[in-house]
Amino acid sequence: MSEAGEKQQKTKTTIHLIRRAKVTRLYAWLIRLAAAFLGLLVCGIVIYGITGENPIDVFGGIFLGTFGSSRRLWVTVRETVTLLVIAVGLIPAFKMRFWNLGAEGQILVGGAVTAAVMIYLGPLLQDWLLWILAFVGAMIAGAVWGFIPAYFKAKFGTNESLFTLMMNYVAMQIVTFCVVLWENPKGSNHVGVINQGTKEGWLPSILGQEYLIDVILAAAVTAFVFWYLGRTKQGYELSVVGGSTNTARYAGISVGRVIVRTVVISGAICGLAGCMIVAGASHTISTSTGGGRGFTAIIVAWMSQFNPWAMALVSGFLCFMQQGSVQIASSYGLNENASDIITGILLFFLIGCEFFVRYRLEVTKVPIEEEGENR
Amino acid sequence: MNETAAIELKNVSKRFGSIQANDHVSLTLRKGEILSILGENGSGKTTLMNMLSGIYFPDEGEIFVNGKEVTIRSPKDSHALGIGMIHQHFKLIPILTAAQNIILGLPGPQRLDMKKIDANINALTKKYGFEMDPEQRIYDMSVSQKQTVEIVKVLYRGADILILDEPTAVLTPQETERLFDVLRNMKSAGKSIIIITHKLNEVMEISDRVAVLRKGKYIATVDTKDTDEMKLTEMMVGEKISLDIDRIPPVDPEKRIDVQHLTVRNHEGVYALQDVSFTANSGEILGVAGISGSGQKELLESIAGLQRIESGKIYYTPKDGKTVALDTMRARQIYALNIHLSFVPEDRLGMGLVGTMDITDNMMLRSYKNGNGPLTDRKAPRELAERVVDKLEVNTPGITTPIRNLSGGNVQKVLVGREIASSPAVLMMAYPVRGLDINSSFLIYHLLGEQKKRGCCVICVGEDLDVLLQLCDRILVLSEGTVAGVVDARTTTKETLGAMMTSGKHVQEGRKADV
Repeated sequence: MSEAGEKQQKTKTTIHLIRRAKVTRLYAWLIRLAAAFLGLLVCGIVIYGITGENPIDVFGGIFLGTFGSSRRLWVTVRETVTLLVIAVGLIPAFKMRFWNLGAEGQILVGGAVTAAVMIYLGPLLQDWLLWILAFVGAMIAGAVWGFIPAYFKAKFGTNESLFTLMMNYVAMQIVTFCVVLWENPKGSNHVGVINQGTKEGWLPSILGQEYLIDVILAAAVTAFVFWYLGRTKQGYELSVVGGSTNTARYAGISVGRVIVRTVVISGAICGLAGCMIVAGASHTISTSTGGGRGFTAIIVAWMSQFNPWAMALVSGFLCFMQQGSVQIASSYGLNENASDIITGILLFFLIGCEFFVRYRLEVTKVPIEEEGENR
Repeated sequence: MNETAAIELKNVSKRFGSIQANDHVSLTLRKGEILSILGENGSGKTTLMNMLSGIYFPDEGEIFVNGKEVTIRSPKDSHALGIGMIHQHFKLIPILTAAQNIILGLPGPQRLDMKKIDANINALTKKYGFEMDPEQRIYDMSVSQKQTVEIVKVLYRGADILILDEPTAVLTPQETERLFDVLRNMKSAGKSIIIITHKLNEVMEISDRVAVLRKGKYIATVDTKDTDEMKLTEMMVGEKISLDIDRIPPVDPEKRIDVQHLTVRNHEGVYALQDVSFTANSGEILGVAGISGSGQKELLESIAGLQRIESGKIYYTPKDGKTVALDTMRARQIYALNIHLSFVPEDRLGMGLVGTMDITDNMMLRSYKNGNGPLTDRKAPRELAERVVDKLEVNTPGITTPIRNLSGGNVQKVLVGREIASSPAVLMMAYPVRGLDINSSFLIYHLLGEQKKRGCCVICVGEDLDVLLQLCDRILVLSEGTVAGVVDARTTTKETLGAMMTSGKHVQEGRKADV
């Protein structure tokens, strides 16, 4: 560094990570806000660099896409609460440190059962009976999809991440089979809208709002899960298992049983989300019914650090970006992926800033020993 | 320049929080000698060596290597000075071969000539008399082979000074002999060696000189030929310290726990306990002494229903009640018996508590099932948490603080507080004061005494023999998983205990207590 530093001692710069002793809530939110601002700034630069469009206009387009009309707003709400249900469903498993990456498959099997109920029983039964059968069937299907990897984890200690991931592909193949079975019209390789004329099995509009039922279901599921985790003995047991399996054994908790029970609940809720998507929104089934929500929900669960309000907020943000993308794709002739890039950049900053909430960097100069100079 | 020492430490100190691990330690390693560093658990041997190998940085003091003052900031600095440390826990990558592990981290050409490297390694192993195949993968190796790889690794890096941290703890007697042969070969090749151990017979066999540490302080260095095991023990354990523990004679002792011919194997299939038999009575404190890893952990966990038992029986006899066999029961079933068998395990956060939970939630770990219905009752645990914090002077911001944020001593108070809250009939404690300062330690001793007075059957695994002798009524001595004997704590000396722990035999001086 200094050439005249023969007498001056040489130094080298080292960077240390230092854990912040105490972080006030205000300070943490300031860091997050700064990260969001930086993220938007980088997004703007990227948008301008790629398209030459005014970034502010593009951001405006995203807003318009989400809140532009009552219809658009309700679609965003529907997507938000669906994502919320899946994220809430993942939480019991995550709290137990069981990395359930199989929500996508659990949604698909739940959706497939719902579609089956609508197709086969739609003409036979009353609507209310159809809804109940669809709910119960979808939850059982999701629960089974959770049970299988959980059982193997509990019995043989298999890796749940790989197992649940593989279960997604099995679910996808089953749905592919069902699509061929149910395709309508024949040869289209699509199921098409189920019971389009009769709307048998479609979830009902409440107060004239088609998607209010989704909001109610999501609120009920979220309230249930947080009550279950915070107040029940079973919820306590799964937290202990997540904390330390040795401690759980010491406390006389049957670890295997808790694992299976928790993941069955987790899977059942994801299965219910599949039912909400098929009976409440798309009214059809395909391999993309899950739409990657099973993975996005993992981000939601982690980013919100298992706080229900934060989860609603993060789900809302992600769906907001997703809906906005459709809008900017059409009005600026951009690829829909442009919004994915924006979402990705923002997520990078928002997730990354959590590190700085916990740690700070300290740059120090350390003297280099004399031997280094002599050599 | 043969006069200069290989390593000289002057007034080196290191503190961890409130614990003084090393207190102004000065010692010298001569060139071409084998120096043993001897001391009890927690006497600061490993900390001292970790400062030489660059893992810790001393708070004060100077280190000289080959007569030159040095600053060792990282393991890299330590390597550059020719110091190689073989840690107790091996640092090898299982899927790589021995040779790959040995060259890991060394500078070299883009394209490695493994044949040449193997040849170099073989030349090295031949020189010192190791048996090792450079192409063998680590996961195929026995513990002793892995240790060989670690030693060759530091030699390959050109280390002249070797530090071995309890190398024989994991070896069979035959393997130990082989290791000692190699060490002697290295010594005659001019290497300087430090070996950390607490096995006296090995110290006598292998070392030229012995340096003794006690409670972080340097005591003395003596020539091995001028000393014997008795003298070393005295240096190691020091003067009797008076704890002034109020020890009352047991009142109406009744048999509570009866262990018969207990045999347990650990995960690796090695016997952790072999044919262990003893009884523990109400109203008395039974101490369990032994070198660490002699089966203490397995013994307590067997009684608590957390170990798979190969053979043997464990009986529990309640006050005016029928004897039950615990050996076939799991922890859950023992809890359901409602006999109040409390257990403070060695690994507090790993087994007794959940670090991410707050004090209240940890209080209910044992009792959360109480009460009907699916809901938990947090009112009673919260009151208990407040009581424990208040009575045991737990230093915490509040009862909603996750306990992993508390210091070790406070964590232990929370755990002990919970375990004695149920008025246990049997209370088992492993290393109850490990990591605790003097005041907290006394608080715990006092609590143990109280439980005894109440008629509780207390079993206490300890490492400080002074404390065991003053706290307990009888002491069960374990040696490599077998019972060396049960002695009366009031009439036994520390030296007897030490000899029993290492020899595995009942020593004459100690009068045998009623078993």
